[in-house]
Amino acid sequence: MTNNTTAHIEIRDLTMAFGSLVIQRDLSFDVNHGDIFVIMGGSGCGKSTLLKHMLGLISPSKGDILYNGDSFVNASPQQQDLVRQHWGITYQSGGLFSAMTLAENINLLLQLYTNYNRSEIADIIAYKLALVGLAGYQDYYPSEVSGGMRKRAALARAIALDPEILFFDEPSAGLDPISSRLLDELIVQMKESLGATVVMVTHELPSIFDIATNSVYLDANTRTMIGYGDPQYLRDHSDQAVVKQFLARGIEPSTQQVSIDER
Amino acid sequence: MNSNASGFQLITDTADKASLVLQGNWTQDQQSPNFSGLHSELQSNSSIRHLLVSGADLAEWDSTLMAFLLQCHDYCQANNIGFQTQNLPDGAEKLLEVATAVAAHQLPEDSDKSWLSSLSPMTFINNIAAGFTEYLAFMGEVSIALAKLVAGKANTRMTDFKTFCYDAGPGAFAIISLVSVLVGMILAYLGAVQLAQFGAEVYVADLVVVGTLREMGALMTAVVMAGRTGAAYATQLGTMQTNDEIDAIITMGISPIEFLVIPRILALVLVMPLLTIYANLLGIIGGGIVAGSMGIDPLQYIHQASGVLSWAHISVGLIKSIVFALLIAVAGCRAGINSGRSSAAVGQAATQAVVTSIVYIIIADAAINIIFQQIGM
Repeated sequence: MTNNTTAHIEIRDLTMAFGSLVIQRDLSFDVNHGDIFVIMGGSGCGKSTLLKHMLGLISPSKGDILYNGDSFVNASPQQQDLVRQHWGITYQSGGLFSAMTLAENINLLLQLYTNYNRSEIADIIAYKLALVGLAGYQDYYPSEVSGGMRKRAALARAIALDPEILFFDEPSAGLDPISSRLLDELIVQMKESLGATVVMVTHELPSIFDIATNSVYLDANTRTMIGYGDPQYLRDHSDQAVVKQFLARGIEPSTQQVSIDER
Repeated sequence: MNSNASGFQLITDTADKASLVLQGNWTQDQQSPNFSGLHSELQSNSSIRHLLVSGADLAEWDSTLMAFLLQCHDYCQANNIGFQTQNLPDGAEKLLEVATAVAAHQLPEDSDKSWLSSLSPMTFINNIAAGFTEYLAFMGEVSIALAKLVAGKANTRMTDFKTFCYDAGPGAFAIISLVSVLVGMILAYLGAVQLAQFGAEVYVADLVVVGTLREMGALMTAVVMAGRTGAAYATQLGTMQTNDEIDAIITMGISPIEFLVIPRILALVLVMPLLTIYANLLGIIGGGIVAGSMGIDPLQYIHQASGVLSWAHISVGLIKSIVFALLIAVAGCRAGINSGRSSAAVGQAATQAVVTSIVYIIIADAAINIIFQQIGM
């Protein structure tokens, strides 16, 4: 699956709006099979909103989102659920159920969507937790482990069903640089061994340059995408000063001074 | 069995070396072998010191295979058996590496508390004692904050107080109206049937007025407010705890008791007697409706009712309502402030708030009745 480069997710002419308030308009881009795709942009530009649209939590006011060539926006709720079974999602604050232990959190999905028996499920849970370095933490509640461990536990839940697409909302927010890098490595390893496509919202530059293979930049002022491609390439060759500035962490390249002032 | 059925073979190469050959499809819809089979085989061949896992004959695989391999690895590690793999599919090799990179977490020894210990009477008494101390501490803090408020030095905001008054008061009119009219009607029915046996139907008015003023008005208002406002206080404060808002208040040098708890308590203490008066009025009207339907003239009902109406009855109900308001607000705020930081904990806080306030209300009601009986009020 990884070796073919056809589009896994296609965003077509997407306009996101709450009532008359347009968040982003005219978004069109592809996420290819095997990409680690980053949605980036300044605060408040609609990154998380775009992710919510891709997950089908919000319907777009215009445009379409296609998975493997099939429209997701126009699919029936049942079809959407079928598509979602091949996704693994981690939310910004983890999204783990606080009333359940880590094992029960993972167990829920396995019970719903697989036909493993009880002892097999226990084995799979042990394996998934081991993958994220949490072997032996089955019976802990999310509130009993650290923030970094919660993020990893959420990842374990996301990969419970060997997903085709992994979605991350700010995976390393609130983590120290070391944990954050370990999580990045884990994401790459998961992606490679599962052959999955990864879509993540982040503005952690180290993470973006380390692991992203493709990206889209959403601009809060013009309310549309002004950059699309490999982030390293965008940093060096984008024709948009804002994008370069974002990726260079606010250090303005001298040649761009003029155009920034014009804005 | 088809050729792709999953399976394994343990081949003993030399005295202390064995290879484990994996075959077929190891996927979730196949009947894949369990580790327990291999476990017993390995145990019966206790001389094995090296295990070589060979995956050359593997077809398709998913987490089923990985879970099996991880168990093999863990078993070998626990029993000092060398574990090696060859010809495993690329992804599987990598996943196994990731999964075994971090050693399994050892549960702390004391974590296996037996369930018996939680049943022992000592634990029960200790829990109650701890809860009582904590309750006293909380009441102490509230008293200190109230003293500061009286001295004009407390960080309590008037706007908060007004908002809470509005939420607790006018916001509760609809439900209080419904409940009080119905309770008044219930009292009247109850009395009318019994009194009719003596031809004393007209005394229904006495029963309804005394019953509502002294008891049911305050009690039913309190029960409704415990479910409505007490639970709201607990969840508000519990969610603030979850969002670190209470930490923020403390680090700003503001006492959360003064800032969050006092306005809530005061609002409820102010509003509850007013609501009780309103509930009393509607309760008496509700009783009148039933009395009217039983052939008692409305004027006669009013005349009879005003005959028993006395300040003593009214003030008993009002004193009760103030006590109940304090109990509800304190139980709600205490549960919220002491809540844990997860959605489950906030739910527990709300439950605790409602349950404790209703229990306290009933106990306090009984106690107040006994006291008033003794002093002849």
